[in-house]
Amino acid sequence: MVERRLTQGNEACAQGAIAAGCQFFGGYPISPSSEIAEYMARELPKQGGVFIQMEDELASLGSVLGASLAGMKAMTATSGPGFTLMQEHLGYATLAEIPCVVVDVMRLGPSTGLPTSPSQGDVMQAQWGSHGDRPTVVLAPGTVEEIHDLTIRAFNVAERLRTPVTLLFDETMGHMREGVCLPDPDPGSLWSRPVPQQTPGHLLEAFVPNEEGVAQVPDFGRGYRFHVTGLMHDERGYPTSDESVAAALLERLERKLDPVQDWFPPEEYLLDDAEVVIVAYGIMGRVAKQAVDRLRAQGSRAGMFRPTLLWPFPTRSVRGATQRAKLVVVAEMNAGQWAIPVEQTMQGRVPTVKINSLGIDVDELCEQVAQAAFCQAGVS
Amino acid sequence: MSRAKELLRTELMPHMLCPGCGHGIVMGALLRVLSKRFENLDNVVLVAGIGCSSRIVGYIDGCTVHTTHGRALTFATGIKLARPDLTVIVVTGDGDGLSIGGNHLLHAARRNVDLTCILFNNQTYGMTGGQLAPTTVLNAYSSTSPYGNTEPAFDAAKIAIAAGATFVARGQAFRTDALEDLLGQALDNDGFSFLDVMTDCTEYFVRKNSLGHGSDMLFSQGSVDEEIQRDLAAGPTLRPADGWPIRDTLPTGVLHQGTRPSLSARLARPLAGQPDK
Repeated sequence: MVERRLTQGNEACAQGAIAAGCQFFGGYPISPSSEIAEYMARELPKQGGVFIQMEDELASLGSVLGASLAGMKAMTATSGPGFTLMQEHLGYATLAEIPCVVVDVMRLGPSTGLPTSPSQGDVMQAQWGSHGDRPTVVLAPGTVEEIHDLTIRAFNVAERLRTPVTLLFDETMGHMREGVCLPDPDPGSLWSRPVPQQTPGHLLEAFVPNEEGVAQVPDFGRGYRFHVTGLMHDERGYPTSDESVAAALLERLERKLDPVQDWFPPEEYLLDDAEVVIVAYGIMGRVAKQAVDRLRAQGSRAGMFRPTLLWPFPTRSVRGATQRAKLVVVAEMNAGQWAIPVEQTMQGRVPTVKINSLGIDVDELCEQVAQAAFCQAGVS
Repeated sequence: MSRAKELLRTELMPHMLCPGCGHGIVMGALLRVLSKRFENLDNVVLVAGIGCSSRIVGYIDGCTVHTTHGRALTFATGIKLARPDLTVIVVTGDGDGLSIGGNHLLHAARRNVDLTCILFNNQTYGMTGGQLAPTTVLNAYSSTSPYGNTEPAFDAAKIAIAAGATFVARGQAFRTDALEDLLGQALDNDGFSFLDVMTDCTEYFVRKNSLGHGSDMLFSQGSVDEEIQRDLAAGPTLRPADGWPIRDTLPTGVLHQGTRPSLSARLARPLAGQPDK
């Protein structure tokens, strides 16, 4: 029986990483994520893992990708400005298919902004921050327990699909403490990277995909000799300027993320008869849930949709959850970054309202939802 | 040479280097050194950044990774820490390793990561069309210094020594025998080894400065040592007959050897009994 402990969000993240088998952490100090690096610096060496503080965030993610190529489960953690510096390597990891987990504990930007204030301002950056059309996986936990759980599952997805996975939460969640039981996962439940099918030696099939569309790249130093590049490459891993090969590669990288939507179902709260659907994730999910209770008590048919997967955009579940809605309210701590794809999914079928604030409370959210309901949809 | 040839990915030939470029000569020296030391390159990882020099790792049949611009040393650090048993060689250029990646060079040297970093120094950005580099000699023309370079060049070896590298040497495409010897010593060193290698860009740097052909440039590399022997090192640049600068007069051979423990050696010490603060 795992004892119940008062645990900080950042700590739960680091614990989850170690429970998932993370052996390498390369990081650079930045508020409000530093506790993750501090925990890893203390605990990883005890587990036979490696912690290194690199010279900047470019180097942090570079070292993580190197360690991953050499066979270790690897991660880094940062916040907005550092996440911006990591964008090139995120793109590299996507194209070269290198498993890694990147945690971004969001703070208020742009620029140095308010380093100790929460925000959800990196939602679009997490999807579109790196150049090119980059299919990627971005998760948004809503409780300390879920930070732990989604960190473990972030490693699962990163390894199985050989892709970078970003975990987004904010300063409040990173520093919040909750009494939680965080059991280690059953080792059999952890996913690993695909095993190459070919015999060792001069490998001409390092990037031939398996049935899930994932390249079966061996780890360095296991008897295989092959090439990894951030250039468009063929299935041997060799650079090519053939546009049809590049197009097929990009298509495969997108397709291999198809099952992710099914692996991360949203939290749906009182949606069965909901006319007003509040869409909120991360810390805003907690505010929205309380707002739903209060609105219900006032006689309004409100419900909440809280995605744990932000990207690839979970079109199917958003569509399903808003089927009977007369109004969709997207409440975020940014200027409406996730509201954009939600609105697109509604296709004008349901009025969609954005509620954006740097620190919205339950009263304020209830008031704004009620007002929007009255003005936009004539529902109460 | 036949053993060295076996280490090539011949299916990728012909290679993409320009006629007269020194990079292939340096790569040949590296292949010969590797072929004498390893049966195959199963446990040799070659890590490169971006640029002409960085493309050569793709032709070598080992564990090769062509990373992002300037960041090869960061990947290599992660690889070495994850698998200290692997031989790690970084191939970088002067723009890649000293400009965009300069900070990583400082810190890899400071950490004394056990790897060999070979910097192909052709004083220019060849891949992008011959722009100014932090190694371009004063007064030289490039596509982004059309009125002549007004900035002095870096001495890459001095930087590596100051930052803490435990083996630092300068080699030349002109002297492959000496270069092979330096490469061997670099690989033997348990710590961060840095090799600054003169290799000229015939298509851009040489043409832009009307310096002749590839062979002229090779001979000019050889004359660096002669100039030093003739005590002409005080002069800032070597100049061919028509008065254009070629390169700073820098010494070749082994320039520094130190004995600090490597990062792997420091990390290998047991934790037991150490306080956890």
